[in-house]
Amino acid sequence: MMRFRVAQPPALVDLRRVPGLSGLREENGHLWVGAMTRQAEIEKSGLTRRRYPLLSDAARVIADPVVRNLATVGGNVAHADPGNDLPAVMLAYGATMCAVGYPDRPAPSLSGEGSRSLPLAPEKREIEADDFFTGPFETALGEGEILTGIRIPSPSAGSGGAYAKLERKVGDYAVAAVAIQLRFHGGVIADAGVALTNVGLTAIRAEAAEGALNGSDGGDEALDRAAAAAAAAAEPMADARGSEAYKRAVVRTLTFRAASKAIARARGEAA
Amino acid sequence: MSAHHVTITVNGEPMEREIESRLLLVHFLREELGLTGTHIGCDTTSCGACTVLLNGKPAKSCTVLAVAADGAEVTTVEGLANGELHPIQQAFMECHGLQCGFCTPGMMLTSKALIEENPDPTEAEVRWGISGNLCRCTGYVNIVEAVRQAAAAIRSEAGEEADHA
Repeated sequence: MMRFRVAQPPALVDLRRVPGLSGLREENGHLWVGAMTRQAEIEKSGLTRRRYPLLSDAARVIADPVVRNLATVGGNVAHADPGNDLPAVMLAYGATMCAVGYPDRPAPSLSGEGSRSLPLAPEKREIEADDFFTGPFETALGEGEILTGIRIPSPSAGSGGAYAKLERKVGDYAVAAVAIQLRFHGGVIADAGVALTNVGLTAIRAEAAEGALNGSDGGDEALDRAAAAAAAAAEPMADARGSEAYKRAVVRTLTFRAASKAIARARGEAA
Repeated sequence: MSAHHVTITVNGEPMEREIESRLLLVHFLREELGLTGTHIGCDTTSCGACTVLLNGKPAKSCTVLAVAADGAEVTTVEGLANGELHPIQQAFMECHGLQCGFCTPGMMLTSKALIEENPDPTEAEVRWGISGNLCRCTGYVNIVEAVRQAAAAIRSEAGEEADHA
């Protein structure tokens, strides 16, 4: 953003020495991902591959392997570029964003002016993914707030997830991508989460597609209906990556593929 | 513009400098230290020509502020050879893993980390590993060959050392 002079911040704060912002651990029914956890760490983690394949899939297709050594999970989420991959992942998981700071105040100025009037203790906030992505490059975070981490609900038995992305080449943003998380309960799909990348001003949660999956046996007929519903929920714009109709067709195909893979994983038939 | 005192260990040697906040790591290396082996290609984190090892991991130095590397260890292409060519350099030469050479320093440093992590990478794993480094000359075939040959040379070197131990 600074490189393209889209953002010209008067100051940058290096958070590397702030403790507790990085790391990956399962606790109390969720996976905690520190905001400064590098994407390469997610990609290489056995824990995410085994238990959070949707997150693991996505981490393997963000930018390129060298970029992922420095790029962070929190950056991908809080930057909220419609082309970023992790917002849709967080929507599909029903993740919770954890923030700390002063949500109602502007960021403290460089000179320190005004800093004395800040309340002593910063406020902690939890924001559901559904309420977090408010517009292109915009989130529910206030200027005086930072994202500290993300809580992803731990999947119960019989759960599966997958991320399917079409990109023209490594490092490009998605033509479109689809994130799906679901579980089987009594032989039918329950609690499906379906979300779309780069086919709208923000990541889009495709609730009609979730409805088509929920209560179904996960057969091709249900997947076809979910795929059609996801394509209808997309709001793509024509650009160098394709026409509106093409992108909808891609969403349809990727939804079918991601759902098939998520189902195979939920049944223990695929890694 | 504020100044910062930083110590960055480059190719094993601690370098202390007063630098501007806005200085990029690639400019620190090229302009402050005169290490021009690290190239600037796209300037937008795409091409990987500026790749160096930052604490052992490949990083695109055109998108790292030098102040953020304070206290870190950086390896550039100048740090590869140790009296004689590094096995990766030797393999790139023998396999014709370059034509114009612009991408080569970044390509070799990414390969070094790749081989350390995966001493016997398949062709597919090499292609995956270097997918963040662009070459506009070779079509990658000889680069992939060079990386696999270098990996074999490093494995056999390690085997010999183990034999002597």
